[in-house]
Amino acid sequence: MNAIILSAILGVVLMFTGIFTTNKSTIRAVAVGGMLLLLLANIAELRGMQFFDINTRGMLVFSKLGLLFNTIAFGAMLLYFLLSARDVLEVGENGADYFALIFFILCGVSIVSSFNSLLLLFLGIEIISIPLYILTGSDKRNLKSNEAALKYFLMGAFSTGIMLMGIVLMYGARATFSIDPTLQITNAGRDVWYTSGLMLLFISMAFKVSAAPFHFWTPDVYDGAPTVFTSFMATIVKAAVFIAFVRLFEFSYSVSGYDWKLIVSVVIAATLLIGNITAIFQQSVKRMLAYSSIAQAGFMLFALFSSNSLSKEGIILYALGYSLATIGVFAVLIKMKDYTFEGFNGLARTQPVLAATTSIFLLSLAGIPLTIGFFAKYFMLASAVKTGSYLWLVILAIICAAISVYYYFRVIQAMYFKEGAGETVEVTGVFRWLLVLVAGLIILFGIFPNMILNYLYF
Amino acid sequence: MVPVLLILIPLLTGVALFAIRQEATAKSIALFSTLVSLAVMLAGISVWNDAAHLSFNQTWIGALNSRFHFELDGMSQLLCLLTTFAFPLIIYSTWNNSYVDGNRFFGLMLLSQAGLLGVFMAMDAMLFYFFWELALIPLYFLCSRWGGERRIQVTIKFFIYTFVGSLFMLIGLILLYFKSGGSFAWADYVKLTLSAREEMTIFILLVVAFAVKMPLFPFHTWQPDTYEQSPTAVTMILSAIMAKMGVFGLLRWLAPVVPVATYQWGDNFATLAVVGMLYASFVAIKQDDLKRLVAWSSIAHIGLMILALFAPSYSGIQGIMIQMFNHGINILGMWIVVNVIEQQFGTRKISELGGLAQKAPVLTILMLIVALANIAMPLTNAFIGEFMMFNGIWGSTATKFGMIYAVAGIITIILSAVYTLRMVQNVFYGPTNERTANATDIRLNVQIALAILVVGIVLIGIYPKPILSMTSELSQQILDRMNLK
Repeated sequence: MNAIILSAILGVVLMFTGIFTTNKSTIRAVAVGGMLLLLLANIAELRGMQFFDINTRGMLVFSKLGLLFNTIAFGAMLLYFLLSARDVLEVGENGADYFALIFFILCGVSIVSSFNSLLLLFLGIEIISIPLYILTGSDKRNLKSNEAALKYFLMGAFSTGIMLMGIVLMYGARATFSIDPTLQITNAGRDVWYTSGLMLLFISMAFKVSAAPFHFWTPDVYDGAPTVFTSFMATIVKAAVFIAFVRLFEFSYSVSGYDWKLIVSVVIAATLLIGNITAIFQQSVKRMLAYSSIAQAGFMLFALFSSNSLSKEGIILYALGYSLATIGVFAVLIKMKDYTFEGFNGLARTQPVLAATTSIFLLSLAGIPLTIGFFAKYFMLASAVKTGSYLWLVILAIICAAISVYYYFRVIQAMYFKEGAGETVEVTGVFRWLLVLVAGLIILFGIFPNMILNYLYF
Repeated sequence: MVPVLLILIPLLTGVALFAIRQEATAKSIALFSTLVSLAVMLAGISVWNDAAHLSFNQTWIGALNSRFHFELDGMSQLLCLLTTFAFPLIIYSTWNNSYVDGNRFFGLMLLSQAGLLGVFMAMDAMLFYFFWELALIPLYFLCSRWGGERRIQVTIKFFIYTFVGSLFMLIGLILLYFKSGGSFAWADYVKLTLSAREEMTIFILLVVAFAVKMPLFPFHTWQPDTYEQSPTAVTMILSAIMAKMGVFGLLRWLAPVVPVATYQWGDNFATLAVVGMLYASFVAIKQDDLKRLVAWSSIAHIGLMILALFAPSYSGIQGIMIQMFNHGINILGMWIVVNVIEQQFGTRKISELGGLAQKAPVLTILMLIVALANIAMPLTNAFIGEFMMFNGIWGSTATKFGMIYAVAGIITIILSAVYTLRMVQNVFYGPTNERTANATDIRLNVQIALAILVVGIVLIGIYPKPILSMTSELSQQILDRMNLK
């Protein structure tokens, strides 16, 4: 509850900051300070301290999983602000408003990580989506940004409609919005409403996490949006929807007579194949990362597929590993003058720290041991193996993981083994140290994943 | 304590080397560090040879029940000895090669040493997988950064090949984890009883990783290219030590863990091994590039070890153990010679060389002994190993085709004499040409390095007992697990 209220308040605060001052460093300081406050408030709640006592009548349930995810998301956001807050302000004139929108999105994130009622899920998803449409189009004079925003908005509106339809059907079948089966009134004659409702909900959520075949908006939107916001969209937002996804299906798996695993496995297979194979052919690193984020979504869907204790641990690690690495890669990408692979040529010579840390981020995304990305993938695969069937899906996943090595390593090859100028805009010493910090965290959690997982239980 | 030291010394020194700018200093520190590792290893098998010193067991990832469990049993001792012995020799014998950003080169070399030692000592499957990859990544960077012209394409192929293999292995290990009720410990795996179907699934998943690493025909296509394109010091690591990772994997994580499947699939893989040996030998005969020749010959030699494992018997398994060590030092000798020739003449083409014996007698004598060891002449170490393996293959009760395998294997020994001696003849004898007319003999450091190897070759060739007794217990254990004599 702390996070939901506080992030909404902080959003308003940031909006007013924009009215009173246009001084960029003040705005930045307020945003970073607010983020820190939000993180601390959420950690306090994880430790059992509630600042607000509001009776939500069971519509919100604050589980360890949701709170831990919030902590991870806010921690990653803090790093994101520290790394990229300057670039957020560079996008347009209304710097403070962007931060305000980001805080509103975080409010939505903390709702979807703790919802227990479909209404709240809908509310959370919409609170996330609408500011995102604006952020996508925030580079007003750039045609690609406008196109991306319009595309995202139209497609998003469709998926919202589908989601609502699904929720209505589910309500009709169970006479409640609650996802808790004990509160639902089961009427066998209406099971078909429930499953079709759940199916529609699944489709709209799959759209939000850009799972194939609902992924078509992703490359254009990620490519067109200002790079700082792409980084945000591809990490925290996506991971949050996954948490919602996992929560939703935690109970709905028990819906009898329906082989969800088959549907999910087909979606996973399609997502992995499309994401990975298309990523190979990209010339722009930014677009490659867009496809790679589709591919990573395929891996995260394993949490949904297997839906056991391992998959919960897995989605937490995945959210952390993927967010840290992607935020890091994008932070470096923003500083590049040329977004193509050739633009990275020779970066190791001109900017050794940037090149070394980027390599660690990419190794983590590829799932190489010693980085958290490995354990993220490990838990996902292990959870799928634990279900005892669908070994073909696991094999497909590892083949796709090997394919991903090819395109991630292309960047490493460009930076280290090819000659070039590797031009970047000016970077500060603080920025470098922050990158080293993020890389250090990736390796630290990659050796001792227990440091995170313990919080899920204790 | 010994395992921890063995990993920490190269790991910490390797990381520290990235901060040292001067190449010469970095090189000296690297040599010193590898010598310290060797000293620790020697102390481990002589003074501290007891369970308390040779094992280390601590909790690592509680949630997964995975532990930091290292242990130096007979086979680990042998391979760690090989690793710690080879690294100082590699650095010392390539002392005069110079590298751009030399400090990073040596730093990565030491990191790969830490990874390799970890692989050989890990008794926990998760830990094993971790080090398996840790050994690979520095080698990838070494090959891609300091390799030959086509290095980028070649090394990404190498990396993806081995990475696919390791991921298959990972799935196999995960399956084992669930089948054993949530344990990663090797000690639990060798007590498992699985259904034939489960064993088969796990066997296939695991064997791919090892087959790629060794490499076994038809998973070998990355190997000649990678050996050729890598800087020679790295090729030495790849062939002398990393290829042993695959054989080691078979002996520790495959045969004792899924014995029934290993037995069932034995003939298939033995046939692949035989085909690979013959194929590699014939290809080696046609090679003009020294590096490629040694690379193909290495495939043939490793093939024999695979054959002996899939047609097992006590003599054969013991033969693999000793031959892993022997092949390591023999091929190291070959690479050192190749490196000397390449550094001096700027070419590796056999057709462009000739008559070195007149100009470099010391090199020729030492090289000749190494070459004879490569074709398993009596009195050299390889004779012991290969003889034991042939003996084992012929008499194996696990296969009906032992005799056919053995005969086919012996043909490859003849072929190895053809390509090795042809190479010696064309490079060292015959008339000199304008390239080799002004050749000089090898430097002192190479002389010493080769001399040490030659002493090792002859010593093991005459008195192999210490090594054989090191591994006898483990070999027997593997056979007992497979219900064979």
